[in-house]
Amino acid sequence: MKKQQLNVILTAVVTTIIVIVGFVLLMPIIGPRYLHPMMMGDQPAPSNLDTSATRTSYAGLFNVSWSADSGEPPLNQIHSWTLHVETADGQPVEGATILVDGGMPQHGHGLPTSPQVTEDLGNGDYRVEGMKFQMLGFWEVRFNISADGQSDSITFNLILE
Amino acid sequence: MKRVYLLLGGILLTAAAIALWSATRSTSWNEAEIATLRGLWIGSLPALPPDPSNSYADDPQAAEFGHELFFDTRFSSNGEVACATCHQPELMFTDGLPLAQGVGTTDRKTMTIIGTAYSPWQFWDGRKDSQWAQALAPLESAVEHGGTRTQYAHLIDKFYRDEYESIFGPLPDFSDPERFPTSAGPVDDPTARAAWEAMTQADRDAVTQVYVNMGKAIAAYERLIMPAPSRFDQYVDALLKKDKQAMRAALTADELAGLRLFIGRAECIKCHNSPLFTNNDFHNSGVPTAQGLPLDDGRASGVLKALNDEFNCLSQWSDAGENDCAELRFVTSEGEQLEAAFKPPTLRNVAETAPYMHAGQFSALEEVLAHYNHPPISPIGHNELEPLGLTQREMEQIIAFLRTLSGPLNVSPELLQAPQ
Repeated sequence: MKKQQLNVILTAVVTTIIVIVGFVLLMPIIGPRYLHPMMMGDQPAPSNLDTSATRTSYAGLFNVSWSADSGEPPLNQIHSWTLHVETADGQPVEGATILVDGGMPQHGHGLPTSPQVTEDLGNGDYRVEGMKFQMLGFWEVRFNISADGQSDSITFNLILE
Repeated sequence: MKRVYLLLGGILLTAAAIALWSATRSTSWNEAEIATLRGLWIGSLPALPPDPSNSYADDPQAAEFGHELFFDTRFSSNGEVACATCHQPELMFTDGLPLAQGVGTTDRKTMTIIGTAYSPWQFWDGRKDSQWAQALAPLESAVEHGGTRTQYAHLIDKFYRDEYESIFGPLPDFSDPERFPTSAGPVDDPTARAAWEAMTQADRDAVTQVYVNMGKAIAAYERLIMPAPSRFDQYVDALLKKDKQAMRAALTADELAGLRLFIGRAECIKCHNSPLFTNNDFHNSGVPTAQGLPLDDGRASGVLKALNDEFNCLSQWSDAGENDCAELRFVTSEGEQLEAAFKPPTLRNVAETAPYMHAGQFSALEEVLAHYNHPPISPIGHNELEPLGLTQREMEQIIAFLRTLSGPLNVSPELLQAPQ
């Protein structure tokens, strides 16, 4: 009788140890992926993100495109953009008032600088100065465009790698 | 009974096998990770950007003069403090102290000089926007060098006249003690300040021009102080060449695991990006206020100081045109994100530059990692950090990786000591 009791206790102890050791071994693999969101790290950018540099504004008033003067937007360096604004039927929009805004939606912060449209270059082109991205990842840049008494806004997505 | 043991043993073996497989698998990098590592590699450091605000920035003679000024303790109120007192070359241009000690004690830790030529903003709060403007601030601080600009102009006149004139042109005649008092400047000391305010604008400008040129010479010297490759760089070098043997020789398994966490789950790379391991921006990481010091709002005050700075990029003393001052013109000057935000320092040689944070709040990297793992509520503003859920071992691995960022300097050796 006593021997049987001892056997049961021993089995329970050994089983517990084996299960714990197994769990500890598997935790670093399972944890980050399935168990704890905190262990998963930074979320990746949405997979279906439209990162095109030419888009139509929300209400469809303007076709807008951007290009960084240095080619690809650089990391940590202040630089300029040229924004091109056309009407829906392809006429360049001149004399527009344009406000710039942006940030990293997944981190909940804005742009590190306060960029501005500093020059109407004519033919629908505008110089945007003071652009800067100080982190890698998914950024949004928003422009609010007012021209000829009408106003619309546009958001560009870009991924800094 | 035996069957149960056999079954459990089998499960244990499988678990061990999966763990082992996962460990070996994690020694390889995917393409995005390789791009990230390349971005941190010293080989990706771009050519030194020009400093349009300083016409003498790349003048070797100015750098030589700046080297002499950097080590000259006569440029202080007690004759004992030079730039090199706090920026000691043998301590990677820091001083090993929580708070910098000049003729008094400051309320911030000494930052390194290494690689600061790449930063648009200087000091923990970015209150200066060039290396030369930065170099001038401690010279007039009551607790650092403690001197005044007429004192310094007289010293240049006495000890460096020929050298100064061969770089910057004729030195004004400062011999009239009525016009140029021995100690006068826009400083805290009321006597020196009153003497400064009694001078004519033209005389003040003549003195300030010499003072500004001192800063520009010191900056020309500081621009030469750059990091050299570390063990981490050797690893990336080997990785890009696909040299597995050299990769294994460069980093241990723990250091590699730390690197993987650094660019991944621990999110260090958010702010410590680029080959200098800093984005030179400003972030609130909820560092507690140092004992005995007032609340420090960091960038919130720093940006206003930079905008109103007598020596900023747009000032009469700067050699830059308006178009060269984009950082200042488009700076964000208000908002909660500036509250208690501080510049992330370079992590190159971080293991050699304890203590840590803007007022030396943490004495060891273990404390820094523990802080980032469980970020507290910020004394003011909003702490940008999220809890990381790192294990003790993972934190040790990150520290092991950080130690691989130690390396020599890319500077000729005679510049790392007082000039002969």
